[in-house]
Amino acid sequence: MAGPVDLKDIFFVEADELLSALEEGLRAIQTGAQEADTVNAVFRAVHSIKGGAGAFDLKALVGFAHRFETVLDALRAGQLSPEPALLGALLHASDHLADMISASRRGGATDPEVDERVIAALEAHAGGGGQKEEEAFVFEPLALDGPFGMDFAPIPASQVLRRVTLTFRPHAGAFASGHDPALLMRDLCGTAPCEVTLDPSALPDPSGFDPGQSYLSWTVVLQTERTDRQLLAIFEFIEGSCDLVLTAEGQAPAEAPPAAPPRAAAQVAAPFATPSPTPVAKLSPPAGAAASPASGAGPRPTIRVDIDRVDRLVDILGELVIHQAMLTEAIEQSPGFGSVDVDRSLDQLRQLSRQIQESVMAIRAQPVKPLFDRMHRIVREASMAAGKSARLVTEGEATEVDKTIIERLADPLTHMIRNAVDHGLEKPARREEIGKPSEGVIKLSAAHRSGRIVITVQDDGAGIDREKVRQIAVDKGLVAANADLSPQEIDALLFLPGFSTASEISALSGRGVGMDVVRSEIAGLGGRVGIASVRGQGTSLTVSLPLTLAVLDGMVFEAAGQTLVLPVSTIIETLRPDPGMRHSLGQTDSVLDVRGRCLPLVDVGMALGFRRSLKPGEGEIVVVVERGDDGAIALMVDGIRDQRQVVIKGLEANYGQIAGIAAATVLGDGSIALILDPTDLAVTGPVASRPVPPLAAE
Amino acid sequence: MRASGFVTDPDIRELVAFRTAGQDFCIDILSVREIRGWSRPALLPHAPTYVQGVINLRGAVVPILDLARRLGLEPIENTDRNVIIVAAIQNRIVGLLVEAVTDILTVPASDVQPTPDLASETTRTMLRGVVVQDSRLIRLLDVAQLLPQDAEAAA
Repeated sequence: MAGPVDLKDIFFVEADELLSALEEGLRAIQTGAQEADTVNAVFRAVHSIKGGAGAFDLKALVGFAHRFETVLDALRAGQLSPEPALLGALLHASDHLADMISASRRGGATDPEVDERVIAALEAHAGGGGQKEEEAFVFEPLALDGPFGMDFAPIPASQVLRRVTLTFRPHAGAFASGHDPALLMRDLCGTAPCEVTLDPSALPDPSGFDPGQSYLSWTVVLQTERTDRQLLAIFEFIEGSCDLVLTAEGQAPAEAPPAAPPRAAAQVAAPFATPSPTPVAKLSPPAGAAASPASGAGPRPTIRVDIDRVDRLVDILGELVIHQAMLTEAIEQSPGFGSVDVDRSLDQLRQLSRQIQESVMAIRAQPVKPLFDRMHRIVREASMAAGKSARLVTEGEATEVDKTIIERLADPLTHMIRNAVDHGLEKPARREEIGKPSEGVIKLSAAHRSGRIVITVQDDGAGIDREKVRQIAVDKGLVAANADLSPQEIDALLFLPGFSTASEISALSGRGVGMDVVRSEIAGLGGRVGIASVRGQGTSLTVSLPLTLAVLDGMVFEAAGQTLVLPVSTIIETLRPDPGMRHSLGQTDSVLDVRGRCLPLVDVGMALGFRRSLKPGEGEIVVVVERGDDGAIALMVDGIRDQRQVVIKGLEANYGQIAGIAAATVLGDGSIALILDPTDLAVTGPVASRPVPPLAAE
Repeated sequence: MRASGFVTDPDIRELVAFRTAGQDFCIDILSVREIRGWSRPALLPHAPTYVQGVINLRGAVVPILDLARRLGLEPIENTDRNVIIVAAIQNRIVGLLVEAVTDILTVPASDVQPTPDLASETTRTMLRGVVVQDSRLIRLLDVAQLLPQDAEAAA
């Protein structure tokens, strides 16, 4: 049973859903994509929020929602037409409503003056507040009739209660298939007044009692507003395993209940394992259990599950994958190995655990739509503040990705969108001058690409002014004045800490904590950011992220006596290079010529500080891995062992972050292997220039 | 689960005593999670010398600190007889590599003497006091000092 606190939580969760429905509806009207019902849906969303807020006595919210609703009602009735100005005000009001709700959730409130200003502005657009109601507004509890089937207010008393008599006799088979008459009775009686009579007449003498048989039947007389069909639906699943007779008032029972001398109730409670362990007397409905059946189940039935439960499942699953690997290894080393049966079972086990893993990941996976929806508001606010006109177009909103990633993506994405509006788009006047529509378009899209999710933020603005970027980088001392930079390298300068191209510092961005923060946040999720730009046509930022943070496909290899793991997704190729492919550069550095492409050559053992030099036979295998957007790098390793799924274990909890190491994992023999982060490994360079390691501070 | 033998009297201290680098140390029993045999840790790159690496403790990645080195003493010999004291320090789990656990002491709190003044600054920050027991001097470690106060900030 949900206590009042839980109900309030549910209200806020549902309010969020209603808010996004509201905003989505308004946007649909704005873009002319509305359907017949859109205005109604928008109205209902505000109305439902008002109803829910009223149930929790959130007065400011109710007052605001009420006036908002009044304007929407006029729109719905056709008294107002959806002018752009009115829609702007409506969207603004909806944003403010969201603010008010999140303030209430924290137990606070928004500034009443701002509330008043926003709603008054809306009413002004709606015709000088002409729609104000005459009568004093008195809040009455309203049933939420939103699309989410959650009623907060008491169910209105029904007009007519019918008297229904129902006789129910379960068959023996009903208990075998797990039916419990007590639960059926509870559903049947609900909150309605009812009378239940037990008919124990069929009970045999204790000597002949068979606990596997069914001897009892019940007669229920109840006052209900439910139809016969609704009542019978309760017994839908036990149909065929019971005798059920329903008689409505005034009708003679088609089948009279077997008349028998009533026995003492004590006999029912005789010390036998009766098929129904719950005494019928307990069936009187618990007070306040106003659980009305969800009306009109949505198209996709869903459950809300505490995320901790799913996380625990993910943890256990991680252990399962590890132990499965251990088992496989143990069996393969045992002398009896080679049996086809064992081999087949192991294979099955492997497949099953992979399937379980995919299913669990699917539970955690969520569409990016809610995240994308939030960005509309960011674009609205950013373009207003920057004096620009912009529209957000989203694509691939149904793309699913791990919940944790979605949560942690909100900040960097917000930053990227603001940047696109603030720096990417030209001012409307300038756009018209060069023949572009005055309204800029920011395109936000998501897609799955080879085991990763790729999110792109694209604007149709001016593109990167590379000369300017280069000049600023030189001015700030980020690059040498005579450095010869390729266009890609210049674009990458934007990600350097302390870089900002905004000539005037705006409230939105341009504080110099822009793209480098985005990059590090994305990197923290195991992702990469790329940038591409065409002068005069726009800029696009591409974020590539792993689908999950729990498991990855890894290549297990050896370097300097240590077992390490590389994410398979980063590997381009592995090769055993001829000596002729290796060329020294300067004193210590060398490059590898892979089919005419010179790649930096790094020994993993030395890069991690595990060895100072290579002995013969070491570092002879080269793995070419992707290094973010700035090309590839060749890693020297001693030997490749295996390719397998590994469970990601964070190092941060007990130790700290290590440059070049993404996480750790547990191998089949129970030992730990570190998972390399090639991007970071390459950036950190030689041992001498290492950042201070954690724990080193003394 | 420490259901029995649990001392709740604030005036009584229960301490786990151990030896490393020829000296006796002890830590509060409440910070000890378990004591286990040595297993080969995976090396951590760019780690300070006293960090031996990480081991797998039932699915958790636990760093192993060579206590002797941490305290600036001679590093201990790597043998299979060494033991790891798994301790919870400020929400982190770390393994302290020592030569041997000697015993569990139950002493009145008043028996813990302040660290003598002649100790060097480093020693004094690491020690909370000393306990003299049967002519042995046992150094009570301040486990919180074994980790830097803000390892994350240092990373």
